[in-house]
Amino acid sequence: MMEDLETVGSAYLEASRRHARRIVVCAGTGCMANGAMKVLAALRDEAGAHGLDLETELRFEETRERDGLLTRSGCQGFCQMGPLVSVEPDGILYCKVRPADVPEIVRETLLGGKAVDRLLYRDPATGDACRGREQIPFYALQDRTVLKACGTLDPEDVREYVAHGGYQSAAKAFRQMTPEAVCKEILESGLRGRGGGGFPTGRKWELARIQAEPRKYIVCNGDEGDPGAFMDRSVMEGNPHAVLEGMMIAARAVGAQEGYVYVRAEYPLAVARVRRAVADAEALGLLGDDLFGTGLPFRVHVMEGAGAFVCGEETALLASIEGQRGMPMPKPPFPAQSGLFGKPTIINNVETLATVPLILARGAAAFKAVGTAGSPGTKTFALTGHVANTGLIEVPFGTTLRHIVHEVGGGVTAKDGSADPAGFKAVQIGGPSGGCLTKAHLDLPMDFDNLTRIGAMVGSGGLVVMNQDTCMVQVAKFFMQFTQNESCGKCVPCREGTRQMLALLEDIVEGRATEETLPLLETLARNVKLGALCGLGKTAPNPVLSTLEHFRDEYEAHVTRKVCPSRVCKALMTPAIEASLCKGCTLCARKCPVGAIAGERKAPHAIDPGKCIRCGACVDACKFNAITGA
Amino acid sequence: MEAATATAPGRKFEKVVQILDAHQRDRTRLVPILQAVQEEYRYLPEEVMTLVATSLGIPPARVYGVATFYSHFALEPKGKYVIRICDGTACHVKGSQDLVDALQGGLGLGGARKTTPDMMFTLETVSCLGACGLAPAMVVNEDVHGQVSPAVAIEILDGIRRSEGM
Repeated sequence: MMEDLETVGSAYLEASRRHARRIVVCAGTGCMANGAMKVLAALRDEAGAHGLDLETELRFEETRERDGLLTRSGCQGFCQMGPLVSVEPDGILYCKVRPADVPEIVRETLLGGKAVDRLLYRDPATGDACRGREQIPFYALQDRTVLKACGTLDPEDVREYVAHGGYQSAAKAFRQMTPEAVCKEILESGLRGRGGGGFPTGRKWELARIQAEPRKYIVCNGDEGDPGAFMDRSVMEGNPHAVLEGMMIAARAVGAQEGYVYVRAEYPLAVARVRRAVADAEALGLLGDDLFGTGLPFRVHVMEGAGAFVCGEETALLASIEGQRGMPMPKPPFPAQSGLFGKPTIINNVETLATVPLILARGAAAFKAVGTAGSPGTKTFALTGHVANTGLIEVPFGTTLRHIVHEVGGGVTAKDGSADPAGFKAVQIGGPSGGCLTKAHLDLPMDFDNLTRIGAMVGSGGLVVMNQDTCMVQVAKFFMQFTQNESCGKCVPCREGTRQMLALLEDIVEGRATEETLPLLETLARNVKLGALCGLGKTAPNPVLSTLEHFRDEYEAHVTRKVCPSRVCKALMTPAIEASLCKGCTLCARKCPVGAIAGERKAPHAIDPGKCIRCGACVDACKFNAITGA
Repeated sequence: MEAATATAPGRKFEKVVQILDAHQRDRTRLVPILQAVQEEYRYLPEEVMTLVATSLGIPPARVYGVATFYSHFALEPKGKYVIRICDGTACHVKGSQDLVDALQGGLGLGGARKTTPDMMFTLETVSCLGACGLAPAMVVNEDVHGQVSPAVAIEILDGIRRSEGM
């Protein structure tokens, strides 16, 4: 029997009013790796030692007034600055908190009501301390909608999700709407799949809804494998109930009775939180045999992936759930027609599903009011690489790259992490399926169609900022190595094509390329794109084609002049020894396979350029960074 | 294949039988079954894969096919400490290869050798841990370390060695 949502919600709010303060420690993967749990334990102990009465888990049955509630949240997104601790209602956000900082927080803030200045974020532009999220540009310049609850709610407390209006959209879908009406609302909202392709979600649901087959499935694709992307991870860790609610609404829309959440095994915390969310939702009677008193059943299973990038491809993911090798199948039939165990199946990305309850709560028109005409709503991006504020961000579609990199991201950094305002070279978007954006694209409004038009794609939303020290050929090679490793091998264009492309790229970075290499690479890339079976193969050439288009001169420098303009490719460098740094340790001379290095012990050595084969062994061997590429 | 049930309760395979039972010997649950087996043995021993195949009524070749397809499955035993270096885009541009080089040196590994002869350490790279804000990242068993430099990686390694009295 399902408990009444209103009762659960108001009981939670009632109970939470007993606390003078709420202290939230970010327990996302990033902050946990930096010791957030130690900070949490220290806060509990230190507060106790000062006679403060903190509750660590909200109890309904209690009525006693307490000094505070100490809890954790999912990823708050500002990963670079973690571990993060927020104190409400004071509106304070502390950054890079160590257990040693805790006594001061307890004394100054919890007892004295004042902020600890040195733990506040400092705006690098102005040097001013920012008290809380409203003042920190990283947060203030975003439009956090889907991520809003990530980092504020306790992801392991279903009652808090309910207290903030959670599961109301699912209740509405089951109690007040027909499946047609749900599909129509989603279609009208213009929601497009956040997994990368951008297919209209409403159209996918409608196709599954009209199938006559009584048995249908909903699958949540949490197999986020793109290197450089972690937004799905953060949503699953930070707000798992939103994902479940999205699945319930999808189930109502198409008439499914069973669902799977397929989560990458590399995300153990996400697996644990989603499992907990399913168990808690079942315990409250939200999931089970009778959803919202309609007599309709819906159950959710959680399945861990086993490490195969191709399983992000929907047909491969289904094969994996069925206990097979995760190999894709040709489409059509589409999974919406014949998917898991041959039944109509909806596969949606984590972020897509987490967006669905918001659309039902606010209506399609409100959703469409944000973003661009063709790509409504907001998009989460994982902002990483050579940028000051790495982390998880959410902005409306149509936001420019300039705003993201220079405003939200706080600008480009140099190798050593210092600010490098002129250092911007490119942004790689969409991982191994995407492409590169350059200075010329800084003011392009980013949405599905604009990015596709210039040969990139939103993909899952990884944004890797690259500074001038990045060799674009190496970037292309990195992604080609990745797709080559991850190709399932089923179709020849992908299995053999990516292997040959990788070999050509290796020729380029190792100085073996001839005038035929680039035309051959381009032809091959176009053919793999045309001929491959699934999305992995079809998009694998994108990083190569896009870097060839925007950084052709860099490729040509490698091929014709045998020079790496960014001085990254070791094989193309002519090593020289910086006499002032050389200690005469003789290690380089001993490592040199052709005897090109000579010199007295404890005196600077020298390299004979005539003998040198540019293998880079000396550069690797030198402990004093005395050997440069010249 | 009921026959397998009769032969299985030998002590050696007791745990595997429990795992198979927990999954109702459902052949569609092959991946979670292998995950549970690997959790128990730290790799997939050949005879266990054969037992799983017979119990589920599928050819051993299919079990082997699945086991070799996914990168999480190991057909050889791993060390007590599995060190994984993330080589996602963000980690890569921030120098993950230097970590690999440093640890390979520190562990005396290289080429195809990924596990130390004393079975203490296994060194692997993974595609992306999704902890890009911490790039470059390194994971020792379950512990994530962020913004690791080659020197810090060696320090972590030495710390483990000390705790093991090595």
